[in-house]
Amino acid sequence: MPFSSFKEFMPRQDLLSFLVLALVLLVALPLALDVMRLNQVGKFLSFAFVAVGLVLCWGYGGILSLGQGVFYGLGGYALAMYLKLEASTPENTAIQTTPGIPDFMDWNRITELPWFWEPFYSLTFAIIAVVVVPSIVAYLIGVAMFKRRVGGVYFAIITQSIAAILTILIIGQQGLTGGVNGITDLRTLKGWNIHTDEASYILYFVCVALLFVCLLVAQYIRRSKTGRILVAMRGQEDRVRFSGYDIANFKVFVFCVGAAFAGIGGAMFTLQEGFMSPSFVGVVPSIEMVIFCAVGGRLSIIGAVYGVLLVSVAKTLFGESFPELWLFAMGLIFIGVVLALPNGIAGLYANWVAPHVDRLLDRLFGKPGEPRIDVLQPSSQGASS
Amino acid sequence: MSQGSNTDFILAVEGLTVSFDGFKAVNDLSFYVDQNEIRVIIGPNGAGKTTVLDLICGRTKATDGSIRFRNRELTRLKEHQIVKAGVGRKFQNPSIYPDLTVFENLEISYPSGRGVFGSLAFKRTAEVVARIEEIAGRIFLSEHLHTQADLLSHGQKQWLEIGMLLIQKPELLMLDEPVAGMSVNERRQTAVLLREIAKEHTMIVIEHDMQFVAEIADKVTVLHQGRILAEGSPEKVKADPKVIEVYLGH
Repeated sequence: MPFSSFKEFMPRQDLLSFLVLALVLLVALPLALDVMRLNQVGKFLSFAFVAVGLVLCWGYGGILSLGQGVFYGLGGYALAMYLKLEASTPENTAIQTTPGIPDFMDWNRITELPWFWEPFYSLTFAIIAVVVVPSIVAYLIGVAMFKRRVGGVYFAIITQSIAAILTILIIGQQGLTGGVNGITDLRTLKGWNIHTDEASYILYFVCVALLFVCLLVAQYIRRSKTGRILVAMRGQEDRVRFSGYDIANFKVFVFCVGAAFAGIGGAMFTLQEGFMSPSFVGVVPSIEMVIFCAVGGRLSIIGAVYGVLLVSVAKTLFGESFPELWLFAMGLIFIGVVLALPNGIAGLYANWVAPHVDRLLDRLFGKPGEPRIDVLQPSSQGASS
Repeated sequence: MSQGSNTDFILAVEGLTVSFDGFKAVNDLSFYVDQNEIRVIIGPNGAGKTTVLDLICGRTKATDGSIRFRNRELTRLKEHQIVKAGVGRKFQNPSIYPDLTVFENLEISYPSGRGVFGSLAFKRTAEVVARIEEIAGRIFLSEHLHTQADLLSHGQKQWLEIGMLLIQKPELLMLDEPVAGMSVNERRQTAVLLREIAKEHTMIVIEHDMQFVAEIADKVTVLHQGRILAEGSPEKVKADPKVIEVYLGH
């Protein structure tokens, strides 16, 4: 362990944020909401995985990816393929021309399960694929881009195009992927019905638990030297390079971590929603994910979770009444946050609330011995991306 | 690319040429630097001074010629490999990490845990802390260890970057205008610091301030249009009519 004490890994302000979030997600929301609404929160939280990954990539490393939907989708599809195969037993699909293959394949006159579907009969393989496939894709994109020193807005545009390409590919290959409808009608996981109220509760708690695992991994990275190198890289790439680091490796690493988080999020969405479709892969959802992260505060992993919840709730309330206006509203929120609150909700908290909380904690537990080292306030130089 | 010959010099630059779209910024340049020498490179704007440093540290790739550091060819290595070989570089504008504290700036430059997984496992041991505090003392920043680097004065930022080089323990330090923007007092302190550093390291310094040059230089190389115009002790170079003509003025 690189940390000599727990406090070094998790200073008390961070610990407080983790505990409050745990209280909100594990106690307050399950008590306050009925199962349908809780299931909806669970689906929102699946996007929090992406937002936490974006905090590391974008907030810390300065790598703006507008294609996180790709990884979210890959994770979601990996699990959906397993669930679809389980739902497509020969008995369930007896009326098809070729029983035992997913229904959409049958409609598209495919008579044999494609080779890349075969391994997804195994749940173990599917779970590994949820994390590994997005990471491999991110690794390939990362190596191709970062080793050639493609960065900034060019990287953003390229990831955006990859999201668009993958959407087109999924929709175009209807027989292999389920096309625009996605993979639907998922019922059971190893025989366990995922649509009951009990399953909704359990899946919600699994989702929160996995989110906390990702948050702890993210906390580890940001508190380790890697986190400080990412921050250093964001503003002064050359200086880091001439301190003996291979910059590209660090970028590839953090991009892969972000992709793996997004993959887990996608899989949790598939489980809680019961389907996966290309509408979560493309350009618009990918940009939405960046907005979640910006609203929450791109330097705060905990803030990102609140950002996801707030924007998603606003989308549900506002979007249900005025669906055609929602995109404009979201654009306005993004512009507003970038102009007025460059560090999002977490920035507000750090400026207005955290000092009071700190004083209160001082009074309760005494002053902490070590100086506070924080990177919440980027300088004018480091803030550009 | 031509092969350089083995020498006793710590740095041997031979036939170095780089052309940008046909314009030869550095043209068939050869010079040799001794162990523990302070070499100062001077010359008018556009003479190719910074380009020479860029070539040595791998930021720019040479078109032709060889750069041998301890008889090891650098022209084919990547930047971080050149750093590991023992060459440190300070940039013209102080480039430090504005969002991090002085302590963290120095810590990142500490030569261990440079791989991704190495950095994930990097531990702030007593040894690391002691080394950081020692360096901070040498660069006059002991009081500011936990200050965010962005809040330092311009001169202090220059010192911090020198400190970031020192902690890497490079054998060769290359400093691009280390006293630019410093007060008279800070310049004096810096000259003492550089003299101190030269006891253990070799240095190449680019500088314009002739008084400062005379104070620190063992040997001066004057560049003009990518070529060497004169080379020798500060006194000899100062008196050279060609140097007076193109650079120092009458």
